[in-house]
Amino acid sequence: MLKSHRLPEFNVYIDTDTCTVCKACVIQCTFDVFSYEKVGNMIEIEESKCVDCHRCMIFCPEKSISIIPNPVQYRANASWNKEIIHNIMKQAESGGILLTAMGCDKPNFNYFDKLLLNASQVTNPSIDPIREPMELRTYLGSKSDMFTIAENDKDPIIETSESPHLLLETPIMFSAMSLGSVNINVQESLAIAAVSNGIYQNIGEGGLHPKLKQYANHIIVQVASGRYGVHKEYLDAGAAVEIKIGQGAKPGIGGHLPGEKITEEISETRRIPAGTDAISPAPQHDIYSIEDLSQLVHAIKETTEYSKPVIVKIAAVHNSAAIASGIVRSGADIIAIDGMRGSTGAAPLVMRDNVGIPIEMAIASVDTRLNKEGVRNKISIIAGGGIRSSSDVFKIIALGADACYISTAALIAMGCTVCQKCHTGKCPWGLTTMNPAISIRINPKMASKRVSNLIRGWTLEIKDMLGGMGINSIESLRGNRHQLRGIGLSDHEMEILGVRPAGS
Amino acid sequence: MEPKNNRSKFMIDAKNLTTRKLNEKVRKAVRDGNKQIAIHNVMGQRYIAAGIQGLIEIDITGIPGNDLGVFMDGPKVVVHGNGQDVIGNTMNAGEIIIHGDVGDITGMSARGGKIYIQGNAGYRTGVHLKEYHGLRPIIVIGGTAQDFLGEYMAGGLILMLGLNLSDGIHNADYVGTGMHGGTIILRGDVRGMGREVEVHQLDQEDNRLVEQAVLEYSKHFGCRADEVLGSKFKKLIPISTRPYGNLYSY
Repeated sequence: MLKSHRLPEFNVYIDTDTCTVCKACVIQCTFDVFSYEKVGNMIEIEESKCVDCHRCMIFCPEKSISIIPNPVQYRANASWNKEIIHNIMKQAESGGILLTAMGCDKPNFNYFDKLLLNASQVTNPSIDPIREPMELRTYLGSKSDMFTIAENDKDPIIETSESPHLLLETPIMFSAMSLGSVNINVQESLAIAAVSNGIYQNIGEGGLHPKLKQYANHIIVQVASGRYGVHKEYLDAGAAVEIKIGQGAKPGIGGHLPGEKITEEISETRRIPAGTDAISPAPQHDIYSIEDLSQLVHAIKETTEYSKPVIVKIAAVHNSAAIASGIVRSGADIIAIDGMRGSTGAAPLVMRDNVGIPIEMAIASVDTRLNKEGVRNKISIIAGGGIRSSSDVFKIIALGADACYISTAALIAMGCTVCQKCHTGKCPWGLTTMNPAISIRINPKMASKRVSNLIRGWTLEIKDMLGGMGINSIESLRGNRHQLRGIGLSDHEMEILGVRPAGS
Repeated sequence: MEPKNNRSKFMIDAKNLTTRKLNEKVRKAVRDGNKQIAIHNVMGQRYIAAGIQGLIEIDITGIPGNDLGVFMDGPKVVVHGNGQDVIGNTMNAGEIIIHGDVGDITGMSARGGKIYIQGNAGYRTGVHLKEYHGLRPIIVIGGTAQDFLGEYMAGGLILMLGLNLSDGIHNADYVGTGMHGGTIILRGDVRGMGREVEVHQLDQEDNRLVEQAVLEYSKHFGCRADEVLGSKFKKLIPISTRPYGNLYSY
């Protein structure tokens, strides 16, 4: 092992005046920053291991701990900044692909903050959502071009057979997080929150844990390139089946769960032996074209007897609109698009921060294209990747999505501080770790309450924003880009987003 | 009248039936309790036996389309004719016996069951084959196969007999590329192998598996089992079960 040339990223201090040496920090930190020294009855600090997750600070009963970013900077240089220098040092020491987690943390890919919402003034009165009904119910799935209605003596009968739909009470769902990327306590917390909010949780490519079967009506199961844990009962269990083609954090590449993370529990749900690498190839080897995609869509529909919608999830890339147009033709009911700020349990840094396009651009261009082709009704659109607030949800729907996927926000609700160390499997908040001694830090009853609270808060805010516009149904917002104005955007960007500049 | 007695076969005529209609009929026949189903005049209909569970026998005359036996869990499917692509896709258990040749990616991601092919197979046969506890898939190819045989293989067994080769050399290249589990056993040589595999001699257990598989092949299609078993076999296994272990910088 080569000596590291990197300085610690954070400085960790303990106020010895208030510290009672209770060792809570030693127990709480999973990165071994703190250790107890018998000689001198004190806490030793190894600050180079600190990831700035704040677990110790929150759980220190005396609030004696402080963490600050290391003030020592390299010589100011716009090109060769601290992150760039550290990454080079890290690779010089290891010779590997830089691995990271969570979503892209660079500032320059955000359009939500440059879009402003409209409100009613004088004409078209605004609505008070506390007193008047606001409809957020959303149906995801293919909608027919027309209905044929037969008349008989009494009631008209709809002859058109509708495709299966997902019914959402609010247009927010939990994005794919597999058992392995998060533990069962996290999955169960999200499942409970999904059931109580009338929404859905996607369990990713990691199989269905027996504990989740009771929530299966609110679970979306995933079929990805590794086909782990995919079998007849699994496909039958979920409310919908998602074919994962790509992920916003790492478009175009597969992934693998290293053997040391394949515990007995994971082995059982993924149906592979414990201790072996679980490799998800970059492509699905039975999908090399839209025709092949159609084949898998229909294989799933045949297997589940056309009883549930099939979702196709792609990463937002340069030609998303053309791909989406193909996906409509494949017979899928829903398309999920994951933007470049989308999160991950582990991804190469170079992929996360450089590949793909922002979700705002992707949704706007897909919605425009499908409308132009007159096929928008044939498919619903779920947007994911970088949705941080109710206003992001609101804006992405106005840009053309039917509903959205969130995951980072749900994790933050449960304790995550976005330290970006999911890939180490040591999450001190008990979220992205398989270690049973740490994962008990998540109590599904309590954690689901926090997530439910978040969904409730966002739902109320969405109603407020709708009411302010004088709209009483989320359906009237979908693709309604007249309600958006851009600020600080180029003409070209606004053209793609389909919005006018603020003030116009 | 169509026979419904379990001891006789339930007959389905696939002529002019769409894929969806044919599969509806098959599923209904299974739901009605039929254990033996014969489908004739099959011409390219896909997904036959998709996700069907239990000890059902399905006899197919004609050429079934892609994804035959996808997600299947238990049935025995016999095809009197050639097969197309992705036979036994993500299969859990059961048997597929093809009296002919097959297309590409046969047995993709299967974690159990048996696939016996009388003749040749296309590209990427057995890609990402797995195994789990008592389940261990096996693919037996009577003839030869094309490139990327056993790619990404994580478990199971592929046995390629080369019965129709005059020079004993399979045209396949990149055999076992990305392989990190399971076993490929070859009668004859291949044009090239993936860098993740190495050649070994068969051990006693391998010989037992080969004997069992060849006898079963012979039972299905007829061949001189003793002659085949008397020839030389070699075994390809992965160098490491962790080929991607040392890639990352944390």
